[in-house]
Amino acid sequence: MAKPKASAVMKQGKLTPWLYLLPALIVMTFFIVYPMINTIALSFQNKDGTASAATTCKEGEPCWGIFENYRYALTEELDTTSFTSFWNTFWQSSYGNTIQWILIMVSGTVILGLLIALLVDRVSYEPLAKSLIFMPMAISFVGAGVIWKFMYNFNAGRTQIGLLNAIISGLGGDPVAFISNTDINTFMLIVVGIWMWTGFCMTILSSALKSVPEELLEAARIDGANEFQIFFRIMLPIIMPTVVVVITTMVINVLKLFDIVYVMTGGNFETEVIATRMYTEMYKNYQTGRGTAIAVILIIAIFPFIIMNIRRFMAQEAQR
Amino acid sequence: MNWNKINRVLNKIPLHLITILLLIIWILPTLGVLITSFRPIELINTSGWWTFLSPKHSETERFTIDNYVDAIVGYRGSDSYLEACASESPPIGFNCNISDLINPRGMGRSFINSLIVTIPATILPILFAAFAGYAFAWLDFKGRYILFAILVGLQVVPLQMTFVPILRIYANVGANGTFWGIWLFHTGFGMPYAIYLMRNFLGTLPKDLFESAYLDGASHWSAFWRLAIPLATPAIASLAIFQFLWVWNDLLVALVFLGGTKPILTYQISNMVTSLGAGWHILTAAAFISMLLPMIIFFALQRFFVRGMLAGAVKG
Repeated sequence: MAKPKASAVMKQGKLTPWLYLLPALIVMTFFIVYPMINTIALSFQNKDGTASAATTCKEGEPCWGIFENYRYALTEELDTTSFTSFWNTFWQSSYGNTIQWILIMVSGTVILGLLIALLVDRVSYEPLAKSLIFMPMAISFVGAGVIWKFMYNFNAGRTQIGLLNAIISGLGGDPVAFISNTDINTFMLIVVGIWMWTGFCMTILSSALKSVPEELLEAARIDGANEFQIFFRIMLPIIMPTVVVVITTMVINVLKLFDIVYVMTGGNFETEVIATRMYTEMYKNYQTGRGTAIAVILIIAIFPFIIMNIRRFMAQEAQR
Repeated sequence: MNWNKINRVLNKIPLHLITILLLIIWILPTLGVLITSFRPIELINTSGWWTFLSPKHSETERFTIDNYVDAIVGYRGSDSYLEACASESPPIGFNCNISDLINPRGMGRSFINSLIVTIPATILPILFAAFAGYAFAWLDFKGRYILFAILVGLQVVPLQMTFVPILRIYANVGANGTFWGIWLFHTGFGMPYAIYLMRNFLGTLPKDLFESAYLDGASHWSAFWRLAIPLATPAIASLAIFQFLWVWNDLLVALVFLGGTKPILTYQISNMVTSLGAGWHILTAAAFISMLLPMIIFFALQRFFVRGMLAGAVKG
């Protein structure tokens, strides 16, 4: 016999469900759905949305017609005269930086989160340890920005009051301008992100690890497997679905990341990422068309993950 | 027997060492700022915070709360606000009385603004999401599944996609720089995740409960208020913490919709960091003022926070 529907017992007017949904649907349509469509339309127009983007082309310069804002968004930061110059400018551009953020921050938070989850599982002070690692999640990026700017503080020729430079000079090295040195500054900002988000990965991965059946691990130990084999051959395969969820969540978070860069460098010293560049175009240069084009590029990058989320949801529903 | 025990303890030493080292690395940056925020300005700029107990500072006062006073009233001189007020001529822009607590440049005023922004922006989405979550979990309607799948997708739409159109509408209706404008924006954006969480939680409540309530003649309205809401308290708590921290810690939305007209904490601090170049004594104190409430909530209600996160946190 087919399962009765949840509400089969209760007669309901045809309109009733929609009355319950109404407030939510109204605010979501107004604040998410409509603006998305409007943003896409604006990305094909000039800076104040009064004419087609094609009218902003200048003679003698490259032009993509109606896609002119996308030409600007995609190629302006790049020097395409030779492959070397292209390669170099790409890794200084907002896209290159965003890719660095994704690669380093996602692998950093997931690996560290997993490592810490495994470590604290074996000590008696696990709750305290987890709280301390997780704490940065509760504070704002702005607060974290202040904390780390102080860590990275650099005084030319005076006493170093930033801990990192004090350690470096204590060991006999030369103090480093972590924030303005363009070779390392993006990495230094990513460290802040890792500090904040490792706790998130740790919490989720730790709860997955704890769901691995103890008998399985005992059986493997009796068979003489060492801890590394147990982790890589048994635990990791079992928690893999969770690892994938954590990775996708982190990639989405990093793609949208704005505050750390805005607070610590304002996008200067070649640290711009997609989200800060969009803000600059929109609210500093007042180039609505270009800003919205960058926003559209951002959502295109996120789109595969939207599809993944929906498919994961459908798979879960099928199991219920 | 005994040797085994000793061996086991010895084997665990590297584990403890690595764990404790990681914990120290994690906590040091915050600790440094906390200690600095209580040190006098001269010491902050001439010595590292880790020397705070060193005997060479024994002649001066090691700790002070002046930084917090300066941050709260927004005083940025090289002396302290209390000193300046005690001197002959009071500092420009200050009254040296209780009214300075709400000086627009100070953290005191922004703290209040942050509260005004955050509380309604937490309650509204939860209320709307509870209604919608109930409909998705216990009511039958056409397109229920598709609509919810779309909602799952909307969870990860970046804020940036919506700013320009909303700003234009807000400019037309005079909502830019108003509290209600930012309440509604946060409500709209908090919705997909909030509904997702509420629906999943309400859906796990026992079916018999609702069926017997309906058989007893309860309407959906009373089943919602008398049954669903009280039983959903844990989910509502998780959601409230999440939304509260999200709004409290947000910078981007405040930057775009409120700006300097009603500065909230994150806005005020980012301004100090980026443009005004306030000293470390004020910055560190200001950072701690902004972290105070989130820290209290986090340590007091951690279990709800973690539960909400495990239920699928892909928001923003």
